[in-house]
Amino acid sequence: MIIAARGGLQGINMLTSPLLLVGTRKGAWLYHGDAARSHWRVDGPHFLGHIVNHLVLDPRDGRTLLAAVKTGHLGPTIFRSVDHGRSWQEAARPPAFPKAAEGEKGRVVKHTFWLTPSHASEPGVWYAGTSPQGLFRSEDGGVSWEPLPGLNEDPQYRSWMGSEQDGTPDGPVLHSIIVDPRDPGHLYLGMSGGGVHESLDRGRSWSTLIDGLEVVESLDPANVAFHDPHCVRLCPSNPDRLYQQNHCGIYRLDRPSKKWLRIGKNMPQAVGDIGFPIVLHPRNDRTAWVFPMDGTSVWPRTSPEGKPGVYVTRDAGESWQRQGAGLPEDQAWWTVKRQAMAADAGSPVGLYFGTTSGEVWASPDEGERWAPLAQHLPHIYTLEAGELR
Amino acid sequence: MKVLIPGPLLSYTGRREVEASGETLTLLLADLDRQYPGLAFRVVDEQGNMRPHVRFFVNSEQSFDLGRPLLPSDDVQIVQALSGG
Repeated sequence: MIIAARGGLQGINMLTSPLLLVGTRKGAWLYHGDAARSHWRVDGPHFLGHIVNHLVLDPRDGRTLLAAVKTGHLGPTIFRSVDHGRSWQEAARPPAFPKAAEGEKGRVVKHTFWLTPSHASEPGVWYAGTSPQGLFRSEDGGVSWEPLPGLNEDPQYRSWMGSEQDGTPDGPVLHSIIVDPRDPGHLYLGMSGGGVHESLDRGRSWSTLIDGLEVVESLDPANVAFHDPHCVRLCPSNPDRLYQQNHCGIYRLDRPSKKWLRIGKNMPQAVGDIGFPIVLHPRNDRTAWVFPMDGTSVWPRTSPEGKPGVYVTRDAGESWQRQGAGLPEDQAWWTVKRQAMAADAGSPVGLYFGTTSGEVWASPDEGERWAPLAQHLPHIYTLEAGELR
Repeated sequence: MKVLIPGPLLSYTGRREVEASGETLTLLLADLDRQYPGLAFRVVDEQGNMRPHVRFFVNSEQSFDLGRPLLPSDDVQIVQALSGG
């Protein structure tokens, strides 16, 4: 099946083998693009009927795929493919918390929510974030996983993670695991809820990075547990710059500062600066995209007024412009999850997002024009863009 | 003993009915996991508890105790319970 996305790329620096990885509540689909990103060949479903929370291509080899899956009946696991998804092997030891001592109540991984390949100098090393919140590491390409007790068992962090009621509708999640491209020991992560944190020793110890972040009105921002970073990203072109879409606004952090700046205040007031994903330009640290959602009243988490739009900043958050050409103009009550929007490395950058109503939309020109790439999929949990080698 | 396998686990066993041994349900699952690696963790969590939507029947009687003793002549059925849409 070939799907044509209107307005294919005619520019330079074409990707030779672009790949979109789409995980849904009922399985996963891979979309193989041509060099112009104008035609996409669908490969799927994979894991039909499985909940796929994250599906990631390893950029270090352009070949290995890891999928975090579970089903309604069975426990969570990780599948790995080294042949572009033609075959999958299950992890021998998926992420799991340590067995509790006799008489104590141990924690149980409900699902793996987030997968991050580690530093380029550490082939085969991956990190995973789970629900309830836990951080895990694999050193054998995702075959076996070990918990990182420096975070998982720390009493202070356990209190910030809260109970299973202190999280998203799908449970509390540990996400946005980031490895500094200059230093494999320097990590960031987000906890929903529980704030943003940084480690300088490969995850053995952690410190908070919440200064400047706001929390829900009337709550105390000094309490780490009240912080809910929806999505944190590090600029590929400037590892000292991070952007964040938070439950309470859009932020930027320029290291070594530890204080986040709320750049979402510059969004149109009628739209606000609430949402889940944030996507960064691969080569320009002043450019980022968000997909605003309604965070008023009871938090509908849908496009404000049913008018979906991507918003871009090209000046590091000083100003934002709407990019809605091609998107429905009205009565489209979309939700885009935090790991369901991505940019590729092409020039111009290709942007993609997937909705919980099962549509994938693509822009071959950095958000200027949008067209549907796939429709009628199940509820989309995750969308990533990569390039096969 | 004979163990009936539910649909979601057929990707492990390839068969609806398999043979396994064990003096308790826990030990039976350990034997199944030796034969079909990964199966046990999908139905029993890391704390040793049954997953919420998996049930075990021994000779058509439901057992909530994975320590339940088994005899070689017993029939065991692993069942998928309702888990929503």
